Amino acid sequence: MPYINVNNDLPGIRGLMAFSPETAAPMGDLANALLKDTEGLSPAERELIATHVSYLNDCFYCHHSHGEIACIYLDGNRDLVDQVRHDYQHAPITEKLKSLLRIAGKVQQGGKKVTTEDVENARTNGATDKEIHDTVLIAAAFCMFNRYVDGLGATTPTDLSTYPPRAKQVAENGYGRHIFSQHQPL
Amino acid sequence: MAHINLPDLPGIRGPMAFSPATAKPLNELAEMLLRNDNNSLSRGERELIGAYVSSLNDCFFCQNVHGALAGHYLNCGIPEIDAIKKDYASTDISDKMKSLLSIAASVQKGGKYVKKEQIEAAKKLGASDKEIHDTVLIAAAFCMFNRYVDGLATWAPEDRNYYVNRAPQRAEEGYIDFDLYK
Repeated sequence: MPYINVNNDLPGIRGLMAFSPETAAPMGDLANALLKDTEGLSPAERELIATHVSYLNDCFYCHHSHGEIACIYLDGNRDLVDQVRHDYQHAPITEKLKSLLRIAGKVQQGGKKVTTEDVENARTNGATDKEIHDTVLIAAAFCMFNRYVDGLGATTPTDLSTYPPRAKQVAENGYGRHIFSQHQPL
Repeated sequence: MAHINLPDLPGIRGPMAFSPATAKPLNELAEMLLRNDNNSLSRGERELIGAYVSSLNDCFFCQNVHGALAGHYLNCGIPEIDAIKKDYASTDISDKMKSLLSIAASVQKGGKYVKKEQIEAAKKLGASDKEIHDTVLIAAAFCMFNRYVDGLATWAPEDRNYYVNRAPQRAEEGYIDFDLYK
C-alpha cells in the first residue's frame, strides 16, 4: 500500500500517475523522448540502461518493468537482460554499450562521479555526443522514477508473470496516459 | 569544459539547447511541480525543496538558481536560504515544512530511505497527501536535474549574485516560455 491514498490499486508508478495526471503527462513525454527514440541508441539499448540503473537503485518494480520491455525488443532474450542488470562487463553486448553502462552507473552514484576518462572511453568505443547525452539523461531520469516509486511506497507486484503483459503494452503503444487510464493488460 | 560539445550556456541550459526534444517535457515537469499555482504548497516552499535537495546533491548551479528563486518568493536573501540548506531544523520555518524537508532528504539518499514514520509525522503536522506526493516528486526530480547538470560537467557562473539578480525575471517567465539563450 502506498504511503498516501492514491484512490486506485494500479501497480507501481501507474498508481502514482493516476493520482497526479498533471505531473504524469510530462513524465510520460520524457519517457517517450528518451526511451522510444531510435536515433543513435536503439530502444533496446535505452531500456537496458534504464533496467541497469533501476537495478542499482534497487527499485524492484522499475527494473522488472523495463527489463521486460528490453526483453521484448531483444526477441525474448531474458538471460541477456539479467546479465546486463548485474554483470554487464561480461555480457555479450558491444564495447560501446558497456562504456555507456559504466557512465550510467556513475550517474546513479551522482553526477560528479562521471569522469573525463569515462567519457573518452565511450567516445573511443564509438559513442556520439548524443548517445552520451541520452545515456546521462536516461540514468538521471531513472534516479527520479525509481525514487518516485519507492519514496511513496508504490504498490509493487511480486508475481513476475504480471510484468510481461504491461511491458507488451508499452513496447507496442509507448508511454503515456493510456498506461494508467485504460484497463490493465493481463 | 563539458563532457560533450554543448551550446555555450550555463548549467542545464546547455544540454537543454542541445536536446530540445527532452528539454520540453523537463521544463513542463518543472513548471507543474514548482510554479503551477493549483497547489497548497507555495512556489517559495517548492523552490526551497528543490534548492535543499540540490545542495545535498552538491549541485552548485541548481542550488543557486532555485535558492535564489526561493529567496525571491519568500522575501529573504542568500544567508537565510543557506541557513535552511545547512540545518533547516534550527531555522524558524514551519514544523510542517521541516517534516517535508526531512522526507525530501530521505528521497535524495534513495526512495527506500523514506520511512512510514516520516510520512505519519508530516500528516500529523497537517501535510496533505498531495503535498507529500509533490515533495517526494520534487526531491526525485532534482535527483534527475542535478545529475543531468553535473553528469555532463556543465559550467556555472561562480558569482552567486548572478542567480539572485536573475530570479525575478525567471519567476516572471516561468519554465516553459523562456529563451534558453537569454
